[in-house]
Amino acid sequence: MDINTKKLKKNAFRVTKVRNKTASRIRVPGGHLEAKYLPVLQHIAEAYGDGTLHITNRQGFEIPGIDFEKMVEVNALLESIITGMDINREEENGGYPAAGTRNISACVGNRVCPYACYDTTAFAQRIEKAVFPNDLHFKIALTGCSNDCAKVRMHDFGIIGMTEPQFEPDRCVTCGACVKACTKKSTGALTMVNFRPQRDAQKCIGCGECVLACPNMAWTRSKEKYYRLTLLGRSGKKNPRLGENFVKWIDADSIVQIILNTYEYVEKYIDPEAPGGKEHIGYIVDRTGFEEFYKWAMKGVHLSEKAEITSPMYWSGIRYK
Amino acid sequence: MGYCFTEDGMMSVWSELEKRYDIYAPKRFAGKGRFSDTDCVRYGQVHSATEIVFDKKAEYSAKEFLLPNAETLFYFTEDQILESACKEKEMLVFLRSCDLHAIKRLDAVYLEQGFIDSYYKRLRDKVKFVLMGCPKAFDTCFCVDMGTNKSTDYDMSIDKVNDKYYMDCKIEEWTELFAQSAERVQDVQPAYVTETKTHVNLPVQMPNTMLQSDLWREYDGRCIACGRCNFVCPTCTCFTMQDMYYTENGKAGERRRVWASCMVDGYADVAGGGTYRKKHGERMRYKVLHKVWDFQKKHGYPMCVGCGRCDDICPEYISFSHCVNGLKKACKEVMENE
Repeated sequence: MDINTKKLKKNAFRVTKVRNKTASRIRVPGGHLEAKYLPVLQHIAEAYGDGTLHITNRQGFEIPGIDFEKMVEVNALLESIITGMDINREEENGGYPAAGTRNISACVGNRVCPYACYDTTAFAQRIEKAVFPNDLHFKIALTGCSNDCAKVRMHDFGIIGMTEPQFEPDRCVTCGACVKACTKKSTGALTMVNFRPQRDAQKCIGCGECVLACPNMAWTRSKEKYYRLTLLGRSGKKNPRLGENFVKWIDADSIVQIILNTYEYVEKYIDPEAPGGKEHIGYIVDRTGFEEFYKWAMKGVHLSEKAEITSPMYWSGIRYK
Repeated sequence: MGYCFTEDGMMSVWSELEKRYDIYAPKRFAGKGRFSDTDCVRYGQVHSATEIVFDKKAEYSAKEFLLPNAETLFYFTEDQILESACKEKEMLVFLRSCDLHAIKRLDAVYLEQGFIDSYYKRLRDKVKFVLMGCPKAFDTCFCVDMGTNKSTDYDMSIDKVNDKYYMDCKIEEWTELFAQSAERVQDVQPAYVTETKTHVNLPVQMPNTMLQSDLWREYDGRCIACGRCNFVCPTCTCFTMQDMYYTENGKAGERRRVWASCMVDGYADVAGGGTYRKKHGERMRYKVLHKVWDFQKKHGYPMCVGCGRCDDICPEYISFSHCVNGLKKACKEVMENE
């Protein structure tokens, strides 16, 4: 058996513990797909794999037990999924053109969840379209609201949906539901002043609990969609840590631009000796200093006046001794 | 007399009506639903008939024009009181038959109980009603069972069929304008619902034991006491008072009345720190019996008009109609056993 493992990894296959067997990794940007693709996956698993299928942490599928020589056939079968999900690819029937930039995962978002402040899957697909294929090791995740069910702070880029609550005093009936919800479930940004809730904009995280709690639509959502962008969280063996708040009340265009800019920054500064060409962005930033990263990341980015940038940025996390 | 209007004819009538009235109707508030990327259909000022939403039920009722959410009654200083001014312009309010029947309930409460509420009266005198023809009931409606599906007690009526508007007008001063702008003059009967998917049977007897019935216990846990059912209800009329002191010196301020909900904490608080109906099931009992029993005893017809908004809005999927039917059944069982 002569197989170029570097090449197969980039083609979204894996070297597994079973000799001569690989696993096919199917990315599902935004973690939401039409059910019609499942029979294709079932067919691959039963005809080429061991009949099982793993749901991955990053919301893709992994089909194990495939013979290396069947990769070409499996890639041909994946064509309908890749084109159907509108995933950028280079060669017809060639399977996925890269695997370094991981599947962009998302919570179920506002297609289903009442709390979500936006369509997480659609935004994930937009980012996927902008960044894929790419061999650099980027982890991006989106979550609909500050509950962060998608655990985006474990990622290089975490995108948290926000809404800026709009208050119409004449619809307020002083029931106190918003203040109670904000105090018990969120940051306590609301207090009752003269029979009406007063919002502390500094404390408000745009979670929308007040909007959901208000029985009379005195609180509603802003027309504009806002996000919180968190940076450089990671798991791993060296210094796992949560992503820190970078920009609060940021817009979608700026997020996409910052991510694209970061690819250029990483190409410039990644450790040329990094094993497998893979280095978490955070370690690169640790090396260059945040200011250098910031300079690259913010090129051509025009934030609105509402956007609040955290400065200086610090991370903590776990250090093994 | 009835009239048929094209879009253009409607617009010329509209511009004349708008000189006289502020016009309110169910309209779409884009992006203003509770959940992101959803709209809300509720009452608002409209500037063209095309803004009116005919095919959805307004989540909130039209009562806010007679009974504002929060209404300043007067302003006070240490030694003076200044009554608030009433809105000057007259109002034209578009509403369905059930909601028009609800206005009758509001009138009963605010005008016909031995005294006249002047704040209600001054707004009431400014309102004319346009009955919106209602050809088909929504899923939660039960107007037919409540006898509120049909109304002739309107100032004008409107039906939209395809791109034509059919209006009836009982206000004499507008008949010339209507006749001039109409495509043709014809008989118009506003559409009304004759069949609903949801049915409600009201209890005919109410044994006292129903007050302690286990029926209500279910709601102790299910109901979250948010009050949405009250706020959307076209017949809920309760308010509370707020003396709001301007903060500069704390000696001047305003008194306003604000909608109150018998489902929300604080409604049944009394001097000395007591609270009646702590349990949410007790509040449910209080509300339901008022809607289908107590009010009827006094006025001869039930308070509830069967619009179904409380069922539509409840985040816990508690159905008022389901509860009333359960109550009727329980009452019947008790009566049979006695």
